[in-house]
Amino acid sequence: MKESVLRTLLVAFTICLVCSLVVSYTAVGLRDLQNENKLNDERKKILQSANMFNPSLSIESQFEQLEMKYVDFSSGKVLDTYKDFAIETYNQISTTRNPLLSTKIPASEDIAIIKNRENVGKFYISRDKNGELDKIILPIRGYGLWGTLFGYISIENDFNTVAGLEFYSHKETPGLGAEVDNPKWKALWPGKKIYKDDVVRLSVLKGQVPSDANDIMYKVDGLSGATLTSRGVTNMITYWFGDSGYSKLLSELNYES
Amino acid sequence: MSLKQYKEVIFKPLIDENPITLQILGICSALAVTNNLSVTLVMCVALTSVVAFSNLFISIIRNYIPSSIRIIVQMTIIASLVIVVDELLKAYDYETSKKLSVFVGLIITNCIVMGRAEAFAMKEKPLLSFFDGLGNGLGYSLILIGVAIIRELFGSGSLMGYEIFTLVSNGGWYLPNNLLLLPPSSFIIIGLFIWAIRTIRPIQIEEDDFAVSKHSTAPDLTKRELNV
Repeated sequence: MKESVLRTLLVAFTICLVCSLVVSYTAVGLRDLQNENKLNDERKKILQSANMFNPSLSIESQFEQLEMKYVDFSSGKVLDTYKDFAIETYNQISTTRNPLLSTKIPASEDIAIIKNRENVGKFYISRDKNGELDKIILPIRGYGLWGTLFGYISIENDFNTVAGLEFYSHKETPGLGAEVDNPKWKALWPGKKIYKDDVVRLSVLKGQVPSDANDIMYKVDGLSGATLTSRGVTNMITYWFGDSGYSKLLSELNYES
Repeated sequence: MSLKQYKEVIFKPLIDENPITLQILGICSALAVTNNLSVTLVMCVALTSVVAFSNLFISIIRNYIPSSIRIIVQMTIIASLVIVVDELLKAYDYETSKKLSVFVGLIITNCIVMGRAEAFAMKEKPLLSFFDGLGNGLGYSLILIGVAIIRELFGSGSLMGYEIFTLVSNGGWYLPNNLLLLPPSSFIIIGLFIWAIRTIRPIQIEEDDFAVSKHSTAPDLTKRELNV
């Protein structure tokens, strides 16, 4: 009786049903808490990318010191309002699913494999004590090896020097591509320059940057064992600082200051 | 079902039948998550609760599991428990869950969990199985915590993130041993633990699989050749 086919099927079915109920109940029940954690983690990364994070203070209070602005990608203009969105909850990544709010990137230009780019993005401004613009923090994303990497890059107020880079979500291989989270590698970024004669030159090499290279400020050491992830990061930088990315915004801000 | 039985299933796996040092199971996570004590503690709690509850649930339904699909049934229960633990960590201890990354999910393949389910929970009563899982989880935890204390203390001069030895880089005297921050160092530390335990409890020393023969010398060879 215990070994009959019907019995086997019945036990298998019951086990699956009970287990899937337990798993889905936990997943749904904890979703709000998890999302809140994710949001806080993203905010922490935003602060870290601008080198502003202080672990002894609450993330919310530090995050409030940043100024949020919209950027219109087609003109590079900074906007205070966009349609009837609230800037705190505006999510440019979910707007890419809406064809009215996003633009399909032609395959030939889509080097970072983003597919759809939002028409209006959100970025962060950090000001010093005198209210002068100190750094801007721009969201970037692009395909690595296994999936899209989402991150923030902060730029000094010369609008050409990197102040920091952080990824808050990626699916790269632990120990290889996931070394994009390695503090030693991230520490290579501050001080690097993006543009040379208005062309994006910043890139991640394969292997180490030779110490006698004359364009050392445009080169970052590659991640060993993760050439495709490194290339993905280069593509991401090239795309987001190119014409359909932030280059118009940066020249606009540069003109204003 | 005496008290003695319960005591035995809880305390035996600590030293006498430790899953890591005697059975050499569950080494993978012992290598991966022990460079920081606080992360290790979370991993130990996660694994112990998974072994204990998987043993409990499998034992409850042990008489209904057809033997042809028993392994997959055990896996389903273990996997569900691991997902629940992973979700709980993501909700209540996001930082640690990020550091543990794939290793929480990999509890599914941890040999201790599967081993206890198959060897113990399929035969014994639920409560006893639960305590057996608890004991084995604690045995695993004991070794992991030991390894983590050594690795974090000498690898980064701190415990639970609090500085114990002031590092040279912070103007102190302690130059950390970087080898201890890398996974292979756990192999060495676990090896030393095994050596220590087997010195105290010689009963654990295994017999050699192959006896090493006495070395043969050249005259022997010539003698044999002469015989031919």
